[in-house]
Amino acid sequence: MAASREDVKFLSNPKIGLKRKKYCRFRKFGIKYIDYKDTDFLLQFINEQGKLLPRRITGNSLKFQRRVATAVKRARHLGLLPFIGDMLK
Amino acid sequence: MRHYEVTFIVDPVLSGDEVKSTAEHYQKQLKDHGASITAVDEMGLTQLAYQIKRRSSGVYYCIEFATESAEWLGELELGMKRDERLLRFLTVKLDKYGVKYNDDKRNGRIGKKKEAAAAEAAPAPEVIDLDKDKAPAAATEAPNEDEAED
Repeated sequence: MAASREDVKFLSNPKIGLKRKKYCRFRKFGIKYIDYKDTDFLLQFINEQGKLLPRRITGNSLKFQRRVATAVKRARHLGLLPFIGDMLK
Repeated sequence: MRHYEVTFIVDPVLSGDEVKSTAEHYQKQLKDHGASITAVDEMGLTQLAYQIKRRSSGVYYCIEFATESAEWLGELELGMKRDERLLRFLTVKLDKYGVKYNDDKRNGRIGKKKEAAAAEAAPAPEVIDLDKDKAPAAATEAPNEDEAED
């Protein structure tokens, strides 16, 4: 008697190790403008040292990664975000 | 019409009146150049992320304006650069999405949704409480009315 798929009990979560597909949140949620004054939002795209996170990690499309980069740079110029930080998050 | 946004940081050492007059000075300059001011956002005294001109805080102002020609913008920026009351400034041209975003933000349609929802949720229980208070009162009144009818 072969057990059907539902009867099989896994020792560990079978979803572990499966990669969730990354997506560009600007494309997905229809965000068209990135405000350089919205620091809390921009914090999602920089690491603890205040460096920009790569596209590899954020999953942004190239178009919006460029816009995020300009927004962060503008915020830095205005003293809203640090050029070099420590323990930002 | 081209839409622009100029953000500048005023020296916090100045008195409150001086800070305001600085902001008004630039608003007046913009108007003199024939720009129509859409909105002035006073972001208030904020801590800077790093020191600028040995100041660790600054008063932020953001003026959004629309103009037909922007040939005078360089002149304005030069004036701002020479102004010792300002720590820093940034002029940005807004695309149509930027204009829409700022408009939505002013009308509370962006970002403050959660706060607005919380504000709506907060008075809501009070209303319910009031109703509850009224409900027993009505219940107590009801028998009285019945008695009166009797």
